[in-house]
Amino acid sequence: MGAAQTMLDKLWGAHEVLLREDGVSLLWVDRHLVHEGSHHAFAKLKARGLALAEPALTFAVVDHYAPTRGRARRADPQIERMIQTLRSNATAHGVRLYDLDDPLQGIVHVLGPEEGLTLPGLLINCGDSHTSTHGAFGALAFGIGATEVAHVLATQTIWQRKPKAMRITVDGALGPGVSAKDIALGWIARLGTDGAQGHAVEYAGSTVRGLSMEGRMTLCNLSIEGGARFGMVAPDETTFSYLQGRRFAPQGAGWPAACADWTALASDADAHFEREVWLDAGEIAPTVTWGTSPEQALPITAVLPDPADLPPAKAEAAHAAYAYMGLTPGQRLAGTPVDQVFIGSCTNGRIEDLRAAAAVLAGRKAKVPGLISPGSAQVKAQAEREGLDQIFGAAGLEWAAAGCSMCVGMNGDLVGEGKRCASSTNRNFKGRQGRGARTHLMSPAMVAAAAVTGVLSDVRPLLEGRV
Amino acid sequence: MSGWNSHKGLAVGLPQANIDTDQLIPARFMSVPRAEGYGPYLLHDMRRDAEGRLRAEFALNRHEGASVLVAGRNFGSGSSREAAVYALVDAGICAVIAPSFGDIFASNAVNNGLLPARIDGALQGELATALAEGARDIEIDISARQLRLGTLSGAFELDDSWAKKLINGWDDIDLSLAQGMAIKKFKDLRYQTTPWAWPSGPD
Ligand code: SF4
Repeated sequence: MGAAQTMLDKLWGAHEVLLREDGVSLLWVDRHLVHEGSHHAFAKLKARGLALAEPALTFAVVDHYAPTRGRARRADPQIERMIQTLRSNATAHGVRLYDLDDPLQGIVHVLGPEEGLTLPGLLINCGDSHTSTHGAFGALAFGIGATEVAHVLATQTIWQRKPKAMRITVDGALGPGVSAKDIALGWIARLGTDGAQGHAVEYAGSTVRGLSMEGRMTLCNLSIEGGARFGMVAPDETTFSYLQGRRFAPQGAGWPAACADWTALASDADAHFEREVWLDAGEIAPTVTWGTSPEQALPITAVLPDPADLPPAKAEAAHAAYAYMGLTPGQRLAGTPVDQVFIGSCTNGRIEDLRAAAAVLAGRKAKVPGLISPGSAQVKAQAEREGLDQIFGAAGLEWAAAGCSMCVGMNGDLVGEGKRCASSTNRNFKGRQGRGARTHLMSPAMVAAAAVTGVLSDVRPLLEGRV
Repeated sequence: MSGWNSHKGLAVGLPQANIDTDQLIPARFMSVPRAEGYGPYLLHDMRRDAEGRLRAEFALNRHEGASVLVAGRNFGSGSSREAAVYALVDAGICAVIAPSFGDIFASNAVNNGLLPARIDGALQGELATALAEGARDIEIDISARQLRLGTLSGAFELDDSWAKKLINGWDDIDLSLAQGMAIKKFKDLRYQTTPWAWPSGPD
């Protein structure tokens, strides 16, 4: 027996084609997911006259520019061209495309797991930073840039220096109305948006074991907002029961064999992590961002900090954030009026997220307008089978088709200048949801609470007697 | 892509922390083909007012020929959009000097000949002070990992493999295609030992 290994060590070892003398590894890529934004990479491939190395391991999805309201109406020729370019690249290279009218279409990080394209033990690349989502299954999944996408297209491999191993352990029971989103925003607020830079984060502990796959995906998805390119959870029964029977998951005798291999991926008991962080689930409250960086987050019960009390570097950022967000130090976060709400994205656009929002919205009316865009067409269909769309409609919120939508606004779903949006997405950067848009990140349940009260609100009293 | 080892140019200070990729290039400009050039979109919403006019008070707008940015920590955090790097490169920037970088941004930068030079907080503070009044001449040497701005000089950090790539202008695809045999061997072995790693199912 060799030295004790982390899950990162095992996954890395299983994919290493070669290790260069300067310490950089060439890794085999099991799945490559592409979307409209991958056009630069296809153009590079074409410019060099290269063929696609492994079309059967490459999957294309229309999501970033997908129209979510009035699919037939494709007013913008720029958007139409982006989608058409992906279509022709997929056709030219023989790649399976999940097109707009496909009943399986969705955001790449929602669709991959749904289809069983995402499996434990795989290395998954996509030209999108939230590829870390797939790590929830015990996969080595990370986002790459266009040059690297072209490299994977041409060679089915990627050069990468092994990151350091970091473990975030969360133990204890989460309170009602507290979710994976709050765990994530909590640790990012504590460690900073560069807190995990250069590290692969493995999430462990009883709280993480107790999360559903949806919750684990939310947690791993947000790893990148804390600077980590990789987020991972060791596969277990929860993972297997989510995956069994999915379209591209192993079938028949292959299934138990795969599960046995996947179980062995867990970090050895005495494996060493370069960094360890512990969190107590009982101390995590529903959390909301107040600034223009995901690290500027606080429990909903908090008062906005005085920059004078912050370290100098953070104080300057706080001043700028207050100016952009139209907020003042000393103000309570709860009670801040919002103009609109959004529920969706690869962070919180899954069925469980919609159920959590519906639990708050049922029988209530929204005081502000809002948009709900499910993470995939399958999530949409499931939500409609459960009647969630009826609840949203009765509350006065708009129920749209699946796509990235207002997370990034590429399809034209934008927040207006100076408007304040309670959003279940992942980035509150300046201008992320539109020029001058003011984004507050929070869980879907908290977005629903903001919708029915018209202000940033603690969801917990609204859930009394409901969960 | 041609490599480079030393550079003399004009440095501009952009000392804010967390200049993320959405600020480097807002999403709405990303459907533009690269051939049209991404330079005009660099830091678009910081540099320009609502009508698209350049803001005179923004440092980068006062120094047309700047080729080096001295930035705050966590530069390029956020998305994997390589367009953030294209915007810098197309605007004539060949190096960004900062205490830390978003991981994906940094590798995208190196893939496009843009140097992400990591410096310690103290040197960053000194450089920012020196640039507070306006742009200054700077010299950068990659192989020596040294920079000099007036009387200030100091070291920066850069991964050896990245330095080699920048200096030689190497393209990974060429290096990897040369490993075709090793890749093929690896694939065959993986197929035998972990058949579950190939998508099964109807398609
Ligand atoms: S939903 Fe948002 S974060 Fe997720 S893939 Fe789409 S644009 Fe990126």
